[in-house]
Amino acid sequence: MDYLDFAVERYNYWIFITLMMMGLYIVIARGNLIKKLIGLNVFQTSVFIYYISIGKIAGGTAPIYVAGDMERRAGGGGHGAGEGGAHAADILPGKDPLGQGLLHADETLRDGFDLAGNDLATLTGKVQPPPPAEAIHSIPQGGANDIFAAPPVTIETHAATGDAVHAVSDVIYSNPLPHVLILTAIVVGIATTAVGLALVVRIREAYGAIEEDELEAADHIAEFGAPPEAQEAAA
Amino acid sequence: MSLAAQLPVLPIIIPLVAAPLTILMPTDKFGGRLAYIWATLVSWIVFAACAALLYSVATFGPISYHLGDWAPPVGIEYRIDLANALVLTLVSGIGAMVFPYSYVSIRSEINLRQISLFYAALLISMTGLLGVTITGDAFNVFVFLEISSLSSYALVAMGAKKDRRALTAAFNYLVMGTIGATFFVIGLGLLYQATGTLNMADLKIQLAGESNRMIEAGFAFVLVGIGLKAAMFPMHLWMPNAYAYAPSAVSAFIAATSTKVAVYVIIRFIYSVIGPDFPFIEAAFNYLLMPLAIAGMFFASIVAIFQDDVKRMLAYSSVGQIGYMLLGVSFATEQGLTASLVHLFNHGLIKGALFMAAGCVMLRVGSHSISAYAGLARRMPATAAAFIIAGLSLIGVPLTVGFISKWQLLSAAFDSGRAWAGFLVVASSLLSVIYVGRVIEVMILRPAPAGASAVKEAPLSMIIPMALLVAANIYFGLHTELTVDLAERAAHALMGGGR
Repeated sequence: MDYLDFAVERYNYWIFITLMMMGLYIVIARGNLIKKLIGLNVFQTSVFIYYISIGKIAGGTAPIYVAGDMERRAGGGGHGAGEGGAHAADILPGKDPLGQGLLHADETLRDGFDLAGNDLATLTGKVQPPPPAEAIHSIPQGGANDIFAAPPVTIETHAATGDAVHAVSDVIYSNPLPHVLILTAIVVGIATTAVGLALVVRIREAYGAIEEDELEAADHIAEFGAPPEAQEAAA
Repeated sequence: MSLAAQLPVLPIIIPLVAAPLTILMPTDKFGGRLAYIWATLVSWIVFAACAALLYSVATFGPISYHLGDWAPPVGIEYRIDLANALVLTLVSGIGAMVFPYSYVSIRSEINLRQISLFYAALLISMTGLLGVTITGDAFNVFVFLEISSLSSYALVAMGAKKDRRALTAAFNYLVMGTIGATFFVIGLGLLYQATGTLNMADLKIQLAGESNRMIEAGFAFVLVGIGLKAAMFPMHLWMPNAYAYAPSAVSAFIAATSTKVAVYVIIRFIYSVIGPDFPFIEAAFNYLLMPLAIAGMFFASIVAIFQDDVKRMLAYSSVGQIGYMLLGVSFATEQGLTASLVHLFNHGLIKGALFMAAGCVMLRVGSHSISAYAGLARRMPATAAAFIIAGLSLIGVPLTVGFISKWQLLSAAFDSGRAWAGFLVVASSLLSVIYVGRVIEVMILRPAPAGASAVKEAPLSMIIPMALLVAANIYFGLHTELTVDLAERAAHALMGGGR
């Protein structure tokens, strides 16, 4: 069962790898240039999903801080920013290698706002104090298993304690950096697709075909004056 | 806030801002000459800035420039040490030669209304390559890599006026290039997940002493991704067609710079990000880089012998030359690394000159098939002379830069106790004698075809940049202070000797 848990906990990686392989397969196996581009897109998208999933921190909310936010949320408002994500805080001390950004945010928050909300934390019993920054900043000792053992997404912690937790000073934010990085990569991906499609249009204008084998045959005829099959037959 | 303090960012900012302005310039008036003069001017300024950077780094040590004054590791850092200052100078120097060279050649090879766009794309391509080289931020490498690649795809496709195969070549280049870039991003993701940082120097600190499968996987993805961009031997399939059907000036620029920059990134990741002490780096050297480098040296050279298209032949030869550079890296010694850096620089000069000569022939004779070179020594003496000197340099004849690189590589091989590798280098150089010799023989000995129309020598605007590059081939073959000494110091610093 351990192996099963190990595999299931990392479902985001399975999604990523499956999509990636599908995309690569389409690029390699399909002769149609448009389909190749679509495959390339699927391949890139899988990487986007991978990046987005590693930025997620169990119990983290959207990394948006508005001055006075804490007080308003304490009043029961809540943005629903984390809707669909996990709300209750259940971070694994020392196990989350991504916690760096989060912790910096936390540290400033704790320094800046001495809120009474700490009481609430004790009440709900769900919030553990974050581990010291150094512990998280370094790589967990003990090799690959430890790193992989940190489930990046823990949906089970989705809980009703919800917005109340935000009232405490230990608000946990998802790591925004991978999301921002991937925003850049998405822009690059769009540009690539646009250039690729433009090339396909030009290829169709020049050859009247967008199937790879037809293009090769056309080049062959242009170069040797006969389609490849005819030459083979003659030989 | 003096200009000198902002020097490191100038090679990126200037062409990046100049490129969109180039698009606005008229193509119908003055035959696009305005865009040409403007882009050439920009390339010279960039070259001057890079040369100043090289001087400053060589004299005062590495420079760290914080973009927007955000201190690393949070902000993006441009970090210039000797290794990348050398590559920066190469890229911008080739740019400063190719831009003036391009005008006449381009007018005959692409649609006239695309001239402004052409110069904009070439400027952006140069920006991207310089950016990859200068940055000290791993994700920034990806962004700049894609900036340069995307414009390269467009540039290659512009060769479609002469030969429609440029379009399919560009498409294949795009597919392969994108797969490579995406692999690179996956690798970065794994490294980021392991460390929580993207700054190269910080990555090295965080990774020091750590070794697990995640970092290994990340490194493998990075290596394969960049290997695709560098046309490392089994991943070179996009390259011959892209170089053969691209406009001549584009071939000259891309062949001399883009694969070299990719090799530089491999070196940078091995030495400045992962660190050569990792146990699996040694395995990567011995079981991956070295066999592939040697296989590439031989396979690509043999294929080059059987090419009838001179530009394709030169492209295959490039694959083999990349093999030499990676072989030097895989020795894991300071001398091997020096040889790699020297060859990286020298090969840029050699291939730039060779592709420029091929471009001159293309302009006057109208083909890059080997039969077009018949009797060229009499018909276009300057071009033929340039091709011959650069070709001899490619083989590694003494008095040329090629000799210096081969010498460095050989002594690195023998000193690291790999005499067999030295012999293989010599053997594969003999193959290059055959493929270069074939072209030289046709140029000198074979008479021009009987019905051939008389051809003039290429115009001065093309001859002068080509002659300058050939002169650089000889100059750096005689005076090794600049290249070899700097490369030695750079290798020393990369290997951690700077501590």
